[in-house]
Amino acid sequence: MMIGIDVGGTHTDGVLLSGKKTFKSIKIPTEKDNLYKSVISALDELIKDVNPADIKRTVLSTTLTTNTVVQKKTSPVAVIVSAGPGIDPENFRIGDYYKVVKGALDHRGREIIPIDEKELRQTAEEIKKSGIKNIAVISKFSPRNPDHENLQEKILSYYFDNIFKGQNVSGNLNFPARINTTWLNASVHDSYKNFFESVSKSFVERGIKTPVHILKADGGTMPLYDSINFPAQTIFSGPAASVMGAVPSANKNNDTVILDIGGTTTDIAVLVKGVPVIASDGIKINGMKTLIRAVETKSIGAGGDSFVREENGEIIIGPERKGPAMAFGGDHLTVTDAFVFLGQINEGDFDKAEKGIKALAEKTGQDMKITAELIADKTSRTIASAFKNLVSEINNKPVYTLHDFLEGYVVNPQSVLVLGGPAEVFASRIEKLSGIKTDVVPEYPVANAKGAAMAKPTCSVTLFADTSRRQTYAPGEDFMEKTGSNYTREDAYNDCRKLLYAKAEKMGADMKDIEVETLEDLSFNMIRGFRSSGKNIRITLQIKPGLIV
Amino acid sequence: MLKALNKTGLVFFPAFDWAIDPTHPEREERLLYTKDQVFEEGLMDIEGITEFKPADITHTDINRTHFCVPDIETVTTNSHFISAGGAKIIAEKFANKEIDKGFALVRPPGHHAMRVVHGGRGFCNINIEAIMIEYLRKNYNYKKIAVVDTDCHHGDGTQDIFWHDPDVLFISLHQDGRTLYPGSGFTDELGGPNACGYNLNIPLPPNTSEEGYLYTIENTVLPILEEFQPEIVINSAGQDNHYTDPLTNMNFTAQGYAKLTSLLNPDIAVLEGGYSIEEALPYVNAGIILSMAGLDYSKVKEPDYNPERIKETPEIMNHIKNVCDRVKTLWDSRNLLRGKIYGNEKIYKRNRNIMYDTDGIYERQSEKITGCENCPGALKIDSESDRGWKITGIYAPVNICDKCLKQAKQWYSEADSEINYFHDNRSGRYEKKKK
Repeated sequence: MMIGIDVGGTHTDGVLLSGKKTFKSIKIPTEKDNLYKSVISALDELIKDVNPADIKRTVLSTTLTTNTVVQKKTSPVAVIVSAGPGIDPENFRIGDYYKVVKGALDHRGREIIPIDEKELRQTAEEIKKSGIKNIAVISKFSPRNPDHENLQEKILSYYFDNIFKGQNVSGNLNFPARINTTWLNASVHDSYKNFFESVSKSFVERGIKTPVHILKADGGTMPLYDSINFPAQTIFSGPAASVMGAVPSANKNNDTVILDIGGTTTDIAVLVKGVPVIASDGIKINGMKTLIRAVETKSIGAGGDSFVREENGEIIIGPERKGPAMAFGGDHLTVTDAFVFLGQINEGDFDKAEKGIKALAEKTGQDMKITAELIADKTSRTIASAFKNLVSEINNKPVYTLHDFLEGYVVNPQSVLVLGGPAEVFASRIEKLSGIKTDVVPEYPVANAKGAAMAKPTCSVTLFADTSRRQTYAPGEDFMEKTGSNYTREDAYNDCRKLLYAKAEKMGADMKDIEVETLEDLSFNMIRGFRSSGKNIRITLQIKPGLIV
Repeated sequence: MLKALNKTGLVFFPAFDWAIDPTHPEREERLLYTKDQVFEEGLMDIEGITEFKPADITHTDINRTHFCVPDIETVTTNSHFISAGGAKIIAEKFANKEIDKGFALVRPPGHHAMRVVHGGRGFCNINIEAIMIEYLRKNYNYKKIAVVDTDCHHGDGTQDIFWHDPDVLFISLHQDGRTLYPGSGFTDELGGPNACGYNLNIPLPPNTSEEGYLYTIENTVLPILEEFQPEIVINSAGQDNHYTDPLTNMNFTAQGYAKLTSLLNPDIAVLEGGYSIEEALPYVNAGIILSMAGLDYSKVKEPDYNPERIKETPEIMNHIKNVCDRVKTLWDSRNLLRGKIYGNEKIYKRNRNIMYDTDGIYERQSEKITGCENCPGALKIDSESDRGWKITGIYAPVNICDKCLKQAKQWYSEADSEINYFHDNRSGRYEKKKK
């Protein structure tokens, strides 16, 4: 049996699966100030009548990291950067202590300015005095050469226990985003560690000895233990859980749009032949660019509880939520009230919904039924046009080769899957408006928890070879080798695949059931003075997100 | 957090799978390190900087500018279409006011491609700026356009295409043609009889560095632009003036390029040459992008940057000042010069030989243009190459007058070369007849 628990902002959903079948599902309110308690309450509820030894796998998805950031409960972090030519690194200032130290690498990873060890020791003393314990070190171009960060770590480790290096967050080049992501890992580390130590302990106490996994933003899982150094990857796992929950209902031969319609927002994602589209260059958190790979989602301020009012004779919907629907005891008119009034939702207090619609109809000078229809229609239109925009954004991503320009895949959704509270009332409207077949995801109230439970591990590896520098390096993989001049693209590909397989296995993947996808595969002849001086090879491979079969 | 003062659009198309040949300077690797630097800087994430996917162009887009011999397919590759499409999409976003400024960081380049295209010259097959300009003129009604070509090589292709057009002011700054390909671009190349003075060349001596370039922009280019009052300024932003460029002999720098960009303040920049792929391009491009966006670029410097080491000698600065004065004087006296140089004819003739270094083709041209006070005139080109092609191309610019258009049509009806083209930008009519 498998367990999936998705701790959301309002509800915590849990499922206990027997094979692919839902054996038990629950939905309880989330205790916002004690997410640990929410997890354990859900767990206890789910395992009440089963033998804990039968639980083969548990996957958790939580908003802990997001909450820690949003509620500013992050731990103090000292950020040490070394940059070299380019934008003034002062612009990337973050954390409670931020210092630009000497040291610079160029775009091929060659040293321009060495690290000043004395300066670094002085810096360490200074940080020590301030009482900060978590340190982030990031050097520009560390995905091309880890030496500076490694040397800095070595020196700083005399002073501090928790050192986070930029090279470990991603093989992608993006210095500001790498600074942000490394800071994020360092700053949520403490609260994350506490949370998961408590969770692990509770699992053991209940006799569940099989591994606990964490859902990441890219819809894949990683073992709880490994996640402690990369808590940032667990951010936004909620939307990923819903997307994975919709995957079993999606057609594997064409493309699908997924709409998770909640109270405040609708999260939109796209599946290409049943596999979620990933924003591999990293997502933004609170406007802060990171290198965290995530399911490409677009969130719009339109949901069941969107605030509805009249402005200049027009009905305006959202983007904010002012509280629950009037039919459910709220003070402000919402989209849900329109559905209650139209008799399409047969719950809540009809009279209260009617009262709200009536007040609005008086302002717009229209019939109540028309007013309610308008609200439902307008909300559906907003959602339908937003998903079309997302599809066009995905199709209009920049490309860097002729091949990708000419042969690049064009997403063309043939179906829409809806989940979330008001899924049923929206489905037929969206189908009509978009002209695309629209269905509700079965068991949609707990599909997210089911998605979490069944999600497979994912990981990616980037390998960078510069045979003229005789170096092959995979950032964050502890892989740095001397490379001969006869090292080829095929060698690089094979090395990268080996690293990926080893990583996947470590992450608990079933090696008979993994699908490798090539994200980057480029090999350049480096010509200096009309002669070849070597090869510059870049390979990025990933394990595709998917569900356990 | 950084925020661009100008909404800046970028198309980055490094064509990582296209080369003229494997060891050619115009090869896959050319923008590899530039991409690494631009992405590591996080430039694409800065608020106000947007990266766009390049578009494709159509045959009509090419026909507005070129006579391709024997046809478009033969003299282009997909990469040329996408490179020109990159410039086109930037132009479109600019014209639609989605961006304040735009930079098409694309390859292959285009500024050596002339109106008649028998093949590649100076690594260029089709002229991506000219195609962009004709697209803007046809679809967005731009009337007065200025092109400032800062590539180290004379922009002889762009000069050729707008030679007769007084509405497109072309100014090229380049290393003196006596010392560098293509060997043209002297101050006396001033434009055709209908556009005399609207083609200006500023040949700079080898070893020109920051002071010389910036002096030229401030004292010659800017005053001329101020007087011309273009609706749009386009920079053919070649990056081969750099002190490390392997093909040229100049001493320009990343700081210099960024300052030049701030001074010139182009609406659209289009990448041309630049072959110091590791030492120059990553820094120059980062500098140009920051400069266009209105952001601080003072720390964008080559690792071995030392302005004192590459500074101009006083003699070189004197030479530069003299050239600048001469060009400014020519511009100021352009109306007088027209009569002096060309007299007053109904039809002017010119014969030329053109070398295609990249593809090893030799072309002979004879050209006729109607003398006209009201429009750039009707143009007829008879061209013959050592590959055996013999063509006649009749070109009617977008702003051609009725009288000249009539002449153009008559020429076409009489044309009896192997292939005869009639490209009428005014009505959007593109015809071709074979003997």
